[in-house]
Amino acid sequence: MYEAKDIDYAVSGRLLLDGADLAVRPGRVTALIGPNGAGKSTLLKVLSGELRPRRGRVLVDGRDIAALGPARLAQRRAVLPQDVQVAFPFTVAEVAAIGLPSGERAPSRIAEALARVDLAGFRDRPYAALSGGEQQRVQIARALTQLAGCDGPGYLLLDEPTSSLDLSHQLMVVDLARQVARAGGGVAAVLHDLNLAAMIADEIVALKNGQVAARGAPAEVLTDAIVADLYAVTARIGTAPPSGPFLLPQAMTRLRGGLAKAAEGGGGPPSAVHEPTRQ
Amino acid sequence: MEAGAGPTARERRARLGLLACAALAFAAALASLAIGPVTIPVEHVLTILWRAVGGSVAGPEIGLRESVVVLDIRLPRTLLGLMVGAATATAGAMMQGIFRNPLADPGLIGVSSGAALAAVLWIVLAAPLAAALPAAIGEFGLPASAFAGALMVTMVLHVVATRDGRTSVATLLFAGIAFGAMAGAGTGILVFMASDQQLRDLTFWTMGSLGGATWAKIAAAAPFVLVLLALAPLLARAFDALALGEAAAFHVGIDVERAKRLAIAGVAAGAGAAVAAAGVIGFVGLVVPHLLRLLIGPGHRLLLPASALAGGALLLGADLVARTIAAPAELPLGIVTAAIGAPFFLWLLLRRRAELFG
Repeated sequence: MYEAKDIDYAVSGRLLLDGADLAVRPGRVTALIGPNGAGKSTLLKVLSGELRPRRGRVLVDGRDIAALGPARLAQRRAVLPQDVQVAFPFTVAEVAAIGLPSGERAPSRIAEALARVDLAGFRDRPYAALSGGEQQRVQIARALTQLAGCDGPGYLLLDEPTSSLDLSHQLMVVDLARQVARAGGGVAAVLHDLNLAAMIADEIVALKNGQVAARGAPAEVLTDAIVADLYAVTARIGTAPPSGPFLLPQAMTRLRGGLAKAAEGGGGPPSAVHEPTRQ
Repeated sequence: MEAGAGPTARERRARLGLLACAALAFAAALASLAIGPVTIPVEHVLTILWRAVGGSVAGPEIGLRESVVVLDIRLPRTLLGLMVGAATATAGAMMQGIFRNPLADPGLIGVSSGAALAAVLWIVLAAPLAAALPAAIGEFGLPASAFAGALMVTMVLHVVATRDGRTSVATLLFAGIAFGAMAGAGTGILVFMASDQQLRDLTFWTMGSLGGATWAKIAAAAPFVLVLLALAPLLARAFDALALGEAAAFHVGIDVERAKRLAIAGVAAGAGAAVAAAGVIGFVGLVVPHLLRLLIGPGHRLLLPASALAGGALLLGADLVARTIAAPAELPLGIVTAAIGAPFFLWLLLRRRAELFG
């Protein structure tokens, strides 16, 4: 298990995370959802070790990541950051190879990772010449390359992995995440698309104002009430068995005043009500 | 179908490129030993070198004069040139790796300027005092002073740019530019104060020259240059990963802060030693890695050693031009590297504008 416990994180006096928890379990996919500024990416960065929390601990398989050090942490988890700018004219294969442990050269592992993101023939292309979506897929391949070299099945952290991808490749990411979980790995993904979150996740964790507002199976979290509270929109959640809940964007309306107004109303996160899986 | 195994065309080309750089450095060294006021045939040069290291060879009878010219005059200069060129180009490639910017250079973060200011301080203010000191101390005053200057700038920069154990590249870059400007102003004031004789020293020194090469200078610079060259390959993977940004480098297992500290210390030592030994020589650290990236790609495992070899070769070539073009007079080396390097760099910028800034 890869878990962040009771995390506070502040930047210049502003509390971005306020006692947030996240647990990524082997064999399961956890989706992080919530409005802009809710702390999703920050929580993922704390989990990855990139940010040190003001309070709270991050444990991977029972060991504090602060004690592990970057090299050994990298043998347990791979990360896809939100936005990667590559300096210098590297090729696609060279970028993917940066996910390999030091000194190792594994052309077959790189070729396999590129094939899994539909970039089999792109090995020698300059990275800078690719489209945004292709570049994002190269970064996913890099993370997969690193994951394949981890001790055991490892953990995969994805920060908005579908932000530049077309419909078909969004589904490819869903498949990849499910494959990693089936192989025993744990996956955490920050997602904005709730339908994608419903498809990808065994568990959804909803954040609001740096706190966990709700967590549980997709059908438990994606309810009219919780979505209305999180995003200040009215929405009717449908269910299409066997695939779980879905939202039709056409059936949504923004609440007047949006999130600011809703926060003013002092509704507060109904966290106690909507946390069925909390132990 | 691509098999995915075996080296790619680019990897093969990169290895060939590295070999070519080694051959180039060797050829430049031979040329530097053979060419001068007295031209010495290359086979004589090789024979002299071979006998000097204790080898015996049935070869041509070689006069004492040729032997003295090669071993006592040209060999120190050639070795110093190789060291200075290698250190400057490697330091440039490493700085560009840390800053993730192909325009970064030890000159840019003020290390070279700091070294130069300290050396000029020594020439103008301390040299009269040094005349009273034993000759050996006077001899080492200049390089020691430049070392100290480079090290001081680097340490102050580190304090200024590092907060909570993290070095901000942007702060480092801007602080470096400020330091460079301050050091330049200081140097200007000292030049204004200098006597005519000091001014002649200063011109040669601030524009760079291998003219004063001695075994003592080589011995003083060697440890620093060797540390830099030994450190560089250990950091190659870190530099590749840093190309994706500091966060991604951390994700793939790089201790980013440690890598940056090591690189900064290595660069300061190498660049300081180079400036101390030969003065300020521009553009080598900027142009060599840039050109090599076009030829062999940006992977630092090969780029760093190739930069060292090509930097040494380029500096010896420039020195050859500097000491033969107006013989028996000698041009400052920095003028030659700037005259060749600056237009080349400008051309490179125009050609690759979109890539660099786009």
